Amino acid sequence: MTELLDQLALGFGVALSLKNLAYCFTGVLLGTLIGVLPGLGPLATIAMLLPVTYALPPESALIMLAGIYYGAQYGGSTTAILVNLPGEASSVVTCLDGHAMARQGRAGPALAIAAIGSFIAGSIATLMLASLAPPLASIAFSFGPADYFSLMTLGLLAAVVLARGSLLKAVAMVVLGLLLGMVGSDVSTGFFRFTLSIPALGDGIDFVVVAMGLFGFAEVIANLERRQGITAMTIAAVGRLLPTAADWRAAAGAVLRGTGIGALLGLLPGGGATLGSFAAYSVEKKLSREPSRFGHGAIEGVAAPESANNAGSQTSFIPMLTLGLPSNAVMALMIGAMTIHGITPGPQVMTERPELFWGMVASMWVGNLFLVVLNLPLIGIWVRLLSVPYRFLYPAILLFCCIGVYSVENSSVDVLLALGFGVLGYLFIKCDCEPAPLLLGFVLGPMMEENLRRALVLSKGDPAVFVNQPISATLLAMTVVLLLIVVFPSMRKVREQAFRE
Amino acid sequence: MKLRGPRDFLAGVVFAGIAALSLYLGRDYPMGNALRMGPGYFPYLIGLLLLGLGILIGARGLARPGPGIEQVRVRPLVLVLIAIALFAVTIDRLGIVIAVSALLLVCGLASAENRPRQLFAVTGLLLAFTLAVFVYGLKLPFRVWPL
Repeated sequence: MTELLDQLALGFGVALSLKNLAYCFTGVLLGTLIGVLPGLGPLATIAMLLPVTYALPPESALIMLAGIYYGAQYGGSTTAILVNLPGEASSVVTCLDGHAMARQGRAGPALAIAAIGSFIAGSIATLMLASLAPPLASIAFSFGPADYFSLMTLGLLAAVVLARGSLLKAVAMVVLGLLLGMVGSDVSTGFFRFTLSIPALGDGIDFVVVAMGLFGFAEVIANLERRQGITAMTIAAVGRLLPTAADWRAAAGAVLRGTGIGALLGLLPGGGATLGSFAAYSVEKKLSREPSRFGHGAIEGVAAPESANNAGSQTSFIPMLTLGLPSNAVMALMIGAMTIHGITPGPQVMTERPELFWGMVASMWVGNLFLVVLNLPLIGIWVRLLSVPYRFLYPAILLFCCIGVYSVENSSVDVLLALGFGVLGYLFIKCDCEPAPLLLGFVLGPMMEENLRRALVLSKGDPAVFVNQPISATLLAMTVVLLLIVVFPSMRKVREQAFRE
Repeated sequence: MKLRGPRDFLAGVVFAGIAALSLYLGRDYPMGNALRMGPGYFPYLIGLLLLGLGILIGARGLARPGPGIEQVRVRPLVLVLIAIALFAVTIDRLGIVIAVSALLLVCGLASAENRPRQLFAVTGLLLAFTLAVFVYGLKLPFRVWPL
């Protein structure tokens, strides 16, 4: 316990330095901004800002990038409540009761409960992160290459199962990501693969290029197609902010339950913020004595999903920081950001760079505090931002994407490559393929190949190593069970229903 | 044969096509063996897997009814792509002022609702922002003016 306190003290020492406070503030401010604006997500934003963080010390860079991710969860609720548009995917369910409350003139209490619930959830999740990560990391130290390979297989499959849409296509997207990760010189032999004699491809495709193409360019084109003709939105008035005593009583349990569900689901591969908010909402509806109130302005229906998405966005850092395994596409970007700064994600981060690990954990609590202040008293500013039409917004998005890609290596070839990925991403949008699994596979591809190679060298070429070693065998067994569950038709129905709700 | 699920079919064609291309490009990569995996080993496995998945998805598109593909609107697609390409070909030699102006003016045309005056105003504002933040603020090593 004292050890934990010491480490948290170290973390707060880093997070509370004036410079890091400023970066944390910038991160959550940007996060809120993009959370409020529909059509611009944390993924594209983090990818755009990556190059800007090259010059920063790694802990400042990660503090800022993390702030964007959890900050977006706060901002997303504002749009959901006031205009009935989810600013983020994780705020989709908040629209139901949040906007109903707004129509009844109770937008203020809905916003307040969303922000306060998120703050409580964020604080609890940060504590969880601090206490769960060290034991998990010590387990991870005993993992061999075969175990890692099996873990990644399980992780990728789980991420796909929990993703929305067609399973088969999501698997194909992961595999395509793995394949794209092979481009460039092979790590252990230096052999050039799939470079098409283009020198810029020698070092492989930069993941900023992939992320910008798929999430920046492709999204803009798709949004422009859909948004023609949409002009003014009706923004509900905020009114009195403070919730009544009855609101507090109704919301308290929902906040805690939402935090628990969100924190737990955030740990799972493919989890993150979105899944938790859906699950928390349906749990509240089931537990409620009057489920009919849901959809007509039940405050629990705002409190639970908003707490859950914030808790989930924070606990999803746990597998990334302890195992080096990204549980969603944003975490894959964070891994990329760490690699750029010369840090290999994995259990050793905590022991070799304690100031980085604990600084980031502490900054999350600080950031949550900033977010409450940013979101409640300053709500008026965010409301005004909502009235900026998309036609003024998308040129800025395209500009930042282009500059972001170009500044990675001052390479115009990278911009053209990203353009190619934009076309590919647009094709995928047209045929209902979620791009996020591709990015996961892309980041994990080279790691999987290396671990497979090492495992086979250690076992003298015997593939049985994956089932002989206990950890690897357990992980593979879990993979098989998961696969069976998915293929089994009745389970598939449950999954589809869960996403429909 | 009639296409029942065009979205699935298109996805299958894209996946299988990319897989086939990768198998073709990697046909001469040294395979090695399980003990000493050559650079061609893993890509070959992955390529085969993707090819299989692509065929499966494409076949499902032939057999199972699904929603049609939304109509492609040519204007935003083509103008956004041209705008980005213009940025890419101008930035190295002509500098960021010209590249950014070209990008913004062309992509601004992608939305039918933009009026010329607004277009120039947005371009001017964002250009000033770029210069202030990226060039003078963060001192990113960009060429500013033509050679």
